[in-house]
Amino acid sequence: MSRYRKIINRIFASCLFLLLVSVQNNVKAADGEALWKANCANCHKPDADYTGPALKGWRDRVPNEEWIYKWVANPAAMIATDAYAKSVFEKWKPTVMTGFSNLKKEEVDAIMKYVDDYQPPAPKTAAGGGAAAPETDNSLLFGILTLVLAVVAFILLQVNSNLRKLSDEKEGVLRGEPVPFYRNKAYIMAGILVLFGIGGYYTINGAIGLGRQKDYQPEQPIYYSHKVHAGVNQINCLYCHGGAQDGKHANIPSVNVCMNCHMAVNEYKGDPIVKEDGTPVDGTAEIQKLYSYAGWNPKTKQYNPDNNNDGIPDGARPIEWVKIHNLPDHVYFNHSQHVKVGKQNCQTCHGNIQEMGEVYQFSDLSMGWCINCHRESKVDFFNKETGEGNKFYSIYEKFHNDIKNHKLDSVTVEKIGGTECQKCHY
Amino acid sequence: MNKKYWQSFGELNQTDAFRKETENEFKEELLPVEELSKEGLLEGKTPRRDFLKYLGFSTAAAALAASCEMPVKKAIPYVQKPDNLIPGVPNYYASTYINGGDAISVVVKQRDGRPIKIEGNEMSGLTKGGTSARAQASVLDLYDTIRLRHPLQRDGKGFKEVSTFEAFDKMVGDALASLGGKQVVLLTSTINSPSTLQLINEFLAKYPGSRHVQYDGVSYSGMLLANEACYGKRALPSYHFDKAKTIVSLSADFLGTWLSPVEFSSQYAETRRVKGKNPNISRHIQFESMLSLTGSNADDRFTHKPSETGAIALALLAKLGGGVSAPAISDARLAKGIDQAAAALMASKGESLVVCGSNDMNIQVVVNAINEVIGANGNTINWAVTSNYRKGIDADLEKLSADISAGTVGAVLLYDCNPVYTHANGKKLGDLLAGLPVTVSFSPTLNETAERCKYIIPHHHWLESWGDAEPKSGYFSMIQPLINPLFKTRAFQDSLLKWSGNASDYHNYLKSFWVTKLGSEDLWNKALQDGVVEAAVAAAPAIFNAGAVTTSASALSSAKSGNIEVVLYEKVSMGDGSQANNPWLQELPDPVSKVTWDNYAMISPELAKTLLGIDVYNNQKQADTYEVTPEKPVIKVTVAGKSIELPALILPGLNPSTIAIALGYGRESANPEHSKDRVGRSATGAGKNAFPMAVFNGSTVVYNAVASAEKTGNVYPLAQTQVHGSSEGRPVIYETSLSDYSKEPGNVLKHPREERELLLVDGKTDFVKDATIYPDHVKPGIKWGMSIDLNTCTGCSACVVACTAENNVSVVGKIQVQRAHEMHWLRIDRYFTGDKQNPDVVFQPMLCQHCDNAPCENVCPVAATNHSSEGLNQMTYNRCIGTRYCANNCPYKVRRFNWLDYTGSDSFADNQEPLRGTDLDDSVFQMNEDLTRMVLNPDVTVRARGVIEKCSFCVQRLQESKLESKKNQDPSIVRNVKTACMQACPTHAISFGNVNDKESDVYKIRNVDQKDRTFYVLEQLHVLPNVSYLAKIRNTDRQLGHHDEEHHEEKKGAPAKAHA
Repeated sequence: MSRYRKIINRIFASCLFLLLVSVQNNVKAADGEALWKANCANCHKPDADYTGPALKGWRDRVPNEEWIYKWVANPAAMIATDAYAKSVFEKWKPTVMTGFSNLKKEEVDAIMKYVDDYQPPAPKTAAGGGAAAPETDNSLLFGILTLVLAVVAFILLQVNSNLRKLSDEKEGVLRGEPVPFYRNKAYIMAGILVLFGIGGYYTINGAIGLGRQKDYQPEQPIYYSHKVHAGVNQINCLYCHGGAQDGKHANIPSVNVCMNCHMAVNEYKGDPIVKEDGTPVDGTAEIQKLYSYAGWNPKTKQYNPDNNNDGIPDGARPIEWVKIHNLPDHVYFNHSQHVKVGKQNCQTCHGNIQEMGEVYQFSDLSMGWCINCHRESKVDFFNKETGEGNKFYSIYEKFHNDIKNHKLDSVTVEKIGGTECQKCHY
Repeated sequence: MNKKYWQSFGELNQTDAFRKETENEFKEELLPVEELSKEGLLEGKTPRRDFLKYLGFSTAAAALAASCEMPVKKAIPYVQKPDNLIPGVPNYYASTYINGGDAISVVVKQRDGRPIKIEGNEMSGLTKGGTSARAQASVLDLYDTIRLRHPLQRDGKGFKEVSTFEAFDKMVGDALASLGGKQVVLLTSTINSPSTLQLINEFLAKYPGSRHVQYDGVSYSGMLLANEACYGKRALPSYHFDKAKTIVSLSADFLGTWLSPVEFSSQYAETRRVKGKNPNISRHIQFESMLSLTGSNADDRFTHKPSETGAIALALLAKLGGGVSAPAISDARLAKGIDQAAAALMASKGESLVVCGSNDMNIQVVVNAINEVIGANGNTINWAVTSNYRKGIDADLEKLSADISAGTVGAVLLYDCNPVYTHANGKKLGDLLAGLPVTVSFSPTLNETAERCKYIIPHHHWLESWGDAEPKSGYFSMIQPLINPLFKTRAFQDSLLKWSGNASDYHNYLKSFWVTKLGSEDLWNKALQDGVVEAAVAAAPAIFNAGAVTTSASALSSAKSGNIEVVLYEKVSMGDGSQANNPWLQELPDPVSKVTWDNYAMISPELAKTLLGIDVYNNQKQADTYEVTPEKPVIKVTVAGKSIELPALILPGLNPSTIAIALGYGRESANPEHSKDRVGRSATGAGKNAFPMAVFNGSTVVYNAVASAEKTGNVYPLAQTQVHGSSEGRPVIYETSLSDYSKEPGNVLKHPREERELLLVDGKTDFVKDATIYPDHVKPGIKWGMSIDLNTCTGCSACVVACTAENNVSVVGKIQVQRAHEMHWLRIDRYFTGDKQNPDVVFQPMLCQHCDNAPCENVCPVAATNHSSEGLNQMTYNRCIGTRYCANNCPYKVRRFNWLDYTGSDSFADNQEPLRGTDLDDSVFQMNEDLTRMVLNPDVTVRARGVIEKCSFCVQRLQESKLESKKNQDPSIVRNVKTACMQACPTHAISFGNVNDKESDVYKIRNVDQKDRTFYVLEQLHVLPNVSYLAKIRNTDRQLGHHDEEHHEEKKGAPAKAHA
């Protein structure tokens, strides 16, 4: 028995060691980039203006390096007090950056270091390019190293067992024939454990991803470009998706809403539209498709007559768009809650829709993603002194007192119950 | 110690079977793993291999589910969106629920063009926003799969489709033209639509010699004729229960089914609400043979033989000095009751009211005389406004039947009535109809009468119709369509217009009718928007003519009586059976008997002893044998040669000579093979038809008769819900008498208040914070709370159906109800108390109490149920793994488990079909048709198999109201929120709101107005419920609410267990 215990101890120790090494490794390697992606990338790009300014070169722009910590923690307060902050706001208003008081100094440092070190990905050279890009991913190296170490450990264990056997023989202790390693229960168990770990990791990740459709970009019956409508032509989102401020669904506009403009706009004259895969799109032809759905005769510039008395022009039929953003049936989501009450921009969840050709799903719409936002977003809390904010929140007596006594500086959605099950599941 | 309350004989006697049942709450076999505890993993009967099988299956199932591709979903907008519609935002339109002569003003919730929920119209002066169970359920009838989809024409033994309305019109027009001078008779239910009545007259004028006959499934001819004899008006007056200080009802179930129960419930509640320190509540005395819903609410209740109703009326009139001689009443208790009633009626002369449910004209004449003596005429009975709910005269139908036999009638047009089913000699009437040259039915389904007709042109459902109603003279209620007709149906009125040569359609006809009446189109639009047009009319008496009283009195003194008598009654759920194919109504437990899906012969324990040899009071074994299994002994009841075999249901509080049988059941097609398609899957097989037992006495149909009964030796299962949740002897109800309450209001809740003190140690005072080891969680903004007044709750069950409709509660079918698997989130518990032979009844609506210290929350291994910062006990279905620990730990037994895939929403397709017949009834499949599912509320998840569900306080409504409030930046808007049960309640017994808001109703009730009556059920467990109840106050001389002589108290060990 003692032999087994030793082996188990050893396996345990090496597992522990591996775990420690890998954890440490994660912390160091992931820090800056992961934090950037989790917190900043929605609105910032390192090297280009986006919803917020490009961050590269920030050190030359800010008054001093301490400034950045205060700004990240509470941009709204800075705008009120700091001259440079005010100038940034003037340039980007009405957008105000969300505060990240939860980020520690070291984490901000890591993010800013990532920004400083950021190199735009080198444009892919044509096939057969001789100059090999420097290998930045060390995982292969680590993998080989682990394997080598494992083999060394295995050989040492074998040597150990042979030596023990020799010493036993010398001392006259009788033992059975040594079991070959592939029938050794300890090794088999270790192998199973490793396989179980790897299998479990992939199964769980697969299961978590089940039903999520981030980046889902189906082909639609009409190539409708948000870039042309919302981007170039600056049509307000709510003009077509009015439901977003009235009810739970944002609603895809009915064909008659499209026709409000397209009775007059019958050809596409803008910059050439190109799909992601490089195929060009004929805008005018897509408008013709719309006419066919609407029962509109572009030649006579009139709707077809309604001979079959169904209330719509003959030949008119609804457009069967492919639904991109799908929530499970047990999730209640209300657009007006977020748009009208929460005053969120469409882009917060749908990404830079004004730059998309065919729309794709920007967020993964996972529960964790919802919850994170609810934890960070602040409600428009009613201020009893100034009378500002949403008067509904005047009933939260306790929070008013806490704010007054400086126990609380702002009220997040979570504070008013925004992360409770029955806010979205009923 | 508190008074004893019991739900079953087993509980009353604390029998062995009852104790075993309460200990072993879940009777189902669990997974075979359970046996392991006894025998160890490998030795068990279901060893490791089985365990591995289950494990393997679940792994394979998970893998299968995981490999599924995400389906491609379409989002299809309108071509031209209607202006007043935003997808996802509901619209509300006023309309009127009509069924027979019933008319209830309602507001209908329409979501994306589909009506999905009925709410009461608070602008109605009659119902004041109340509804009934049947009105609530009628939205499901719209999506009934048995509705006819096009006009039909008889073709041999079957029917064939008539392709166009024009072809139909031509056929009927030709047929009517070739009658050769024979009469055309329009046979309808009571019609109280003024425009339709005008239209009918125009139609009749086109066909000389034709006439209009009105016929009611359950008749009120006796009252109509009596009023004609006494007041010279063949009409029904308005009753004002709200003005009555003393109400005596002679077997009139005015809170459940009599005439206009929603209106009367609302009025009655006004007099029963306890207000102020020295409250005045009305005195309600009920004389009846069976135990009705109204009788259950009475302060004092006396039973008698059905044939004695006339004698009691006479005795009462004699006592009141009416100058008649009354037959002697042999029963001393009953005689004393008559004395009490007479004294009470006289004491509040001018503010008293006597109503009577009998359809015997002579009895109603005597009742009119009583009302004259006690000064009701002109005060509590208003003749200036007459009621139009029922107009049918039984003799008219008898005459029609004779005329058809005589061959003078050529054509009968039938609208909204089903005489082949509801008439005592329906089969014969059906044969007569089948022999006529022209029979046209406007029935929306191929019911018993329609299937005997030649031409069928289905009428719309009321949710698809235009129309109006005048339930009481001067009180108008509008009907407007909520949806385009689902099928090729046409309004009855449109057909009449066509056939009388009027080119207008009914919508325009109605509009011009009302524009003329109201004066302008704006007023017509306003009438449609409000739903009601009402004019205040001062109360006035009618001149009473006493001439008829003597003849009636002498006729009554010779009433025939027997050892066993049958009384036929209506249930709140089923009425006369016109909505029998409604699974919501079939599964609604009768408030008194708690039986679903069937009718039965209700008998008293005394009769059970002589008839069945079952002594439920004294013989524990017999009581258990009868009570524990759903199978009940079947008895054969015979009236005038007609027999019916029904299971016997033993219920205390019935007269020992009485057998009570509900009408409205036993719907069946002439050829039973067609029943499921024609009368429907839910109606087929539910109970037996008792209409043939009604007797035509020469002038009216009476619903009681001398009968004989015998035991058959068969058994029949009844799905009863009453004992599915037991409080195990712990006190859950508190009540007292009005005089005791007025003397010392605090006394009624002395006992629970003392028990609270026991939980506090070391001079601590705050029960909420100090009497527990758990921390107190603040509710910083809103804290939802509900208060239910046991004084005004009548048990009518409208709330139960409203909850079902609002929250997509599954129908589980009769087989599953027998296994205690019903899914109702809200149930009405019925308790008996006091004298065993004449018990008092208390109704207690029981729903999730949303405890702040919820016992269910602590035991959930996956935190699927937890508490919100607004005081809601939240249930998260997608997190629930179905351990049912929570249901086991809930002291109120309000958590429901989805044992089977009732909704078809399980991820594994087609797992319902193998269970058809053995575990799942056809009604469950009926609920899962695509058409029926249109009734589902899209804001509430349809639950899958294997999860627990329960009342959510209609969280979808709370969230909606908060959102509205936030959008308008006005916190007072949340005060308007109403849960579905509260909205449906005709007596406003339920209050709901934010307890943190000192202006809210529920705060005021709990802390100011009704502080002395507010209690929480099982408060001493310190679960801190958010639902409070108001103790019941009865206006009686009897002593209530104290420890009485009940000797069972010592015997039972249950209370000790409660504290364990």
